[in-house]
Order: sequence, then structure tokens, then C-alpha cells
Amino acid sequence: MRAAGIDIGSRSIELVILDNSGIIEARTADSGFDPMGVAGKLMDKVAFDRIVATGYGRNLFEIAFEGDTVTEIKAHARGAYHLFPDAGTILDIGGQDSKVIRTNGAGKVTKFEMNDRCAAGTGKFLEIMARSLGFTIEEFGGAAMTADDELPINSMCTVFAESEVTSLLARGEDRLKIARGLHSSVVRRAMSMLKRVSDDGPVVFTGGVANNPCMVRFLEQLTGRDVLVPSEPHMAGALGAALIAHEMMR
Amino acid sequence: MSQDLMNTLQQAFEQNVIDIENYKKDGRKAIGCYCLYSPVELIVAAGAIPLPLCGTKNDPVAAAEEVLPRNLCPLIKSSYGFAALNTCPFFRFSDMIVADTTCDGKKKMFELMQQYKKVHVLQLPQNQNVEKSLAPWLDEVRIMKEEIEAVTGVEITTERIDAAIDLLNRERDAKKAVMDLAQIKPSPIKGSELINILFKVGFLADKEKGIGLMNTMVDHYKALAENGESPYTAKTPRILISGVPMGVGSDKVAKILEESGASVVGFENCTGYKQVFTVEKEGDRLDVLARQYLSIPCSVMSPNTGRLELLDRMIRDFKVDGVVDLTWQACHTYNVESFSVEKHLKDAHGLPMLHLETDYSDSDTEQLRVRIQAFIEML
Ligand code: SF4
Ligand code: SF4
Repeated sequence: MRAAGIDIGSRSIELVILDNSGIIEARTADSGFDPMGVAGKLMDKVAFDRIVATGYGRNLFEIAFEGDTVTEIKAHARGAYHLFPDAGTILDIGGQDSKVIRTNGAGKVTKFEMNDRCAAGTGKFLEIMARSLGFTIEEFGGAAMTADDELPINSMCTVFAESEVTSLLARGEDRLKIARGLHSSVVRRAMSMLKRVSDDGPVVFTGGVANNPCMVRFLEQLTGRDVLVPSEPHMAGALGAALIAHEMMR
Repeated sequence: MSQDLMNTLQQAFEQNVIDIENYKKDGRKAIGCYCLYSPVELIVAAGAIPLPLCGTKNDPVAAAEEVLPRNLCPLIKSSYGFAALNTCPFFRFSDMIVADTTCDGKKKMFELMQQYKKVHVLQLPQNQNVEKSLAPWLDEVRIMKEEIEAVTGVEITTERIDAAIDLLNRERDAKKAVMDLAQIKPSPIKGSELINILFKVGFLADKEKGIGLMNTMVDHYKALAENGESPYTAKTPRILISGVPMGVGSDKVAKILEESGASVVGFENCTGYKQVFTVEKEGDRLDVLARQYLSIPCSVMSPNTGRLELLDRMIRDFKVDGVVDLTWQACHTYNVESFSVEKHLKDAHGLPMLHLETDYSDSDTEQLRVRIQAFIEML
């Protein structure tokens, strides 16, 4: 029996296929302007018996294809519980939203908070800032870590932060220090949400932004908590959805 | 059959506009209100028609933003926009407005509203301590009575107040009976239907008609429940909505909850259970009214422990599985109070709460849907 999970996010789509032995296939693609078309292509030539969709495109998926849906909250909680069963807190920072989820010992969601109304504190924010400083998103975190000092960035709004960065550059400031300041401002923002939901124990960090080493290090340093990052942090939602599909077949 | 009743209600609602026009031609006055704290008995006692004017629609918000700041509560903007555009028939009918100094946004908005209508503002105390606050509040109630007498030319006697108390007690009882239908598990009535009924009945100039309609509804839904008919099952999660007022047009959260598979069983707000009380006919009537209305548990009061007591009661009586606390954007009093409400629900009842902050527009429907669906998944 093969179970599939698909996470249709605003920036990318992930697909995970499992059977009783574990993950047998994992795929990812950019959402583009036609997410259902991309989802269809991702599922091309893979066989599965049941699929569960999550992410902001889940309701469209349910209409376009056969499948059940769960929210990204439940999917991430399930995925993280599978990867790190002893951690009760999940921080997910994706392309356009961020969320903190608290689970009980059995992996069931007990509390959550989300920011999905603006780009502040999300992957999108880091992407725009990287671009205005002339970095690719892949090198951004590594570069920020080489700075020995940081320049504080006060604006959290993407538009204002961009002009703040521009004026710092115009003053001749070091772009590495600016990069470091930007990273710590995103971490601080995530921390306030984190504190409202859970204030102790290890944190599972998922979503594309967890690939950024500077984010991980600052999160660890500033919270003093253990930060656990799965090997493919952006796949956690799809993995959770696949696990839920697998349970539905039993 | 349920649909027939809703149609009758709709017809009554439409006919009501024509009725009020006729009443006004015959010289009857209409008085608009913006808040539950204004004792409606005094309006009814003067033979005037009370009209609840709180804005619940998004359409006039843009016009209001030409004058009011954007980051203001949508209820205030909607109310003001209706006045500025003159698109609300009930505002047009009003010979006078009675308002209260509740939250900062509202009381400052009323200053601007004066340019369109005579607005009489009651200075509402900030707490419910009877020793400190009753005397000034009673004074305000007395001035309100005099203002209404001046506008209507009717002397408000004790007999007239008693008749108004009787009528409004019966109306409140009928509203309570409608809302209490949802205590049945599973509820025979949807939360969105409850809002529709409470909202529309509120405008009816002929209160007897409204009471009659509500009583018929109660009989009808009770019969459905006895036959085991319900849109829900015993397993459907039962949600209590708490917080800011809602009405037709500002009920998106109730609708998304229902679309996501929940049964909305109650409203701990001004639209709903905060309206449930009985006024006694004893002693000095103005004193009785002042005491009763001062005790309404709204977040503009500090402290506002009555709200937690009302929540306790409703959680028990309506067999609630989870609470959704709704805050209109920029409503500081409800927004801040959310923290204490969540803590109380957790400590006293072990109940989860979802706090939602939104406005009247549809722009965040999908974001709300994720939170609401995730909340229901975790119940
Ligand atoms: S919520 Fe409070 S201020 Fe608003 S109408 Fe109700 S009682 Fe008045
Ligand atoms: S919802 Fe809040 S801000 Fe809006 S009118 Fe009522 S008390 Fe004031």
C-alpha cells in the first residue's frame, strides 16, 4: 500500500510517497502561476493508493483531483512528530507564512499561531533582502554568519525594511553586517510568536527557511533552546500529509 | 418549513421599512442606538421606535475612511459610513441618536456624527462598581429620559416604563428561547440562522410581531429536534463565539466555522447572550434600569469579570467544545481581554480557544479558513 502526501504552498509544491518501509519517493517543484498543473505533473507516473493534500492550495486540489485534505498545521505537526517524537514544539517558516505549533506527547496539536497576512518574517522577506544586498538566497545565511557585528534593522515590514537597507548601503555600511542584522530581526520576530505558544523544550525547525544556517544558529543562540532541523526541512508538511494518508488506509 | 419561516422573517423585515415610514407620517418618532448600554425601555416608554444602528456591512467602510483613520474598528467605520452616505434607512428614520462613551474610537466618531443627526451621548462609567459609578450613570439615564421626552413630547411616567419593561422582557425572553434551542445536542439550528433571526428581529418596529415570530420558530425547531432532525450529529464540534458584536454582513467567521464542519451554538456578545436579562419592576424605575444596564459585561469596562461568569454559564449550558474569540481589527479592549479569556478558559474549563482578528472585508477568508480548520482538527 502506497500513501502520498502533497503540500501545495505558495512558493513550491512537495510530494512524498511512502509505503510500509518508509519514504520511497520525494519530489519538489516551484508552484509557478498554475499550481494545479504543476501538482498534476509532479504526480505523473507515480503510483499511490491514497493521497492527502495540505498547504494553501489544498482546497483547489480536492476539487481538481481525488483526495482528502488536512491543514498545514496538522500536516506539519504529524511530520515533525515522526521525525522528532520527543519535541513538542514546531516552528515552520515557509515562503509566505510562518507558524508555531505545540503538540502533546502523542503528536496531537494543542495550540498554534500563524502569520500569513504579510511577508514580514518569512522566506519571502529574506529573499527580497538577499536580492537587495546582491546575494543569492543560498549564500545569504552563510554570508551573514561571517560578519563579526550586526547593524540593527528596525522595520519589519518588507517595503520599509528594503528602504532601510538601501539607505544603510548609501551610507557606505558593510553589507555583511546588514545581512546579519536582517537575520536576527527575522529570528526575533519568530521568537515572539514562539514564546506565545511554547516556552521550553526543543524546537523542530521546518520550512524552506530552516535550510538557512544563520537562521538556525541565531535561533539557538537567542532562545537558548535546542533547534532540531530535519535533513529536508521543506518536506515536513508533505511527509506529514503522506503519514496521515497512510493512517487512513489502515 | 424552516425556509418558510426564514421567508416570513425576511418579509417582515422588508415590510418593516414601509411600516416605519407610515408610523413616522403619523407622527411617531424613531430613535437610533449604537450600544447595548442605552436603556431601550425609555425609548419604548415614550412611544418611539428604537432602532439598533451598529454598522455590520463592509460597503460604507471605504466612504468612512475618507474621514476616519483606516486602522479603526470596522464596526465604527461601517456605522459612520452609513451615516455619511445616508444609505441606511434606519439611520434616516432616526429623529435622534442615543450613544454611549464606550470605547475611544466610538466616542470620538460620535462627535463627527453630530453633523448629520442630533446625537445624545451618555457618559458611560468605566467600571461597574455600584458605589462609585451608579450615581453618575443614573444621572445620565435621567438626562436621557428628559432628552427623549423633549424630542417625542411624551411624558415618560412609571406606568409607561412598566409597560415598556414588560414588553422588552418578553422580547428578551423570546430571544433567549431562540438562542437556547442550540443547547440541544445536536442543535436543530445553525449559528448563522441565529444571527439572521436576532439581527432582523432587532429592527422590527412592531415588537409583538417579532416576539410572535420568534415563538413560532422555537416551536418549529423544538419539533425538529424531537424528531431527531438536525444539520449536525452528536459528534459535531460545538463552538461558542465570544467577543465583538456580529450581524448580517459581519458574520463571516460563523459561516467559515460552519463550512468547516462545526456547529456554532452560541454568541457571547452583544448580538447574542449579552442581551439576555430581566428588568424588575420595583422601586425607582430609573435606578433599576441604570443598575441593570450598567452590569452588562462588555470589554469597555475595567475590570470586566462579568464576561468570564457569562462564559462559564454558557460553556456549561451549551455544552461547548471550543471557543472562538473574535476581535475586530483595532478593537483594543477586546483584543487585550483575549489574553485573560484564553487563560480563564484553559484554567477553569480545560477548553481551547482560537483568537481571530479580522475586519468586515473578505480579503482574508482563506487565512481565516486555515486557522479555523486547524482549530477544528485539534478539538
Ligand atoms: S460591544 Fe460593548 S461597546 Fe459595543 S455595542 Fe456591545 S456593549 Fe456597546
Ligand atoms: S468592537 Fe471594540 S472598537 Fe469596535 S466599537 Fe466595539 S468596543 Fe469599540
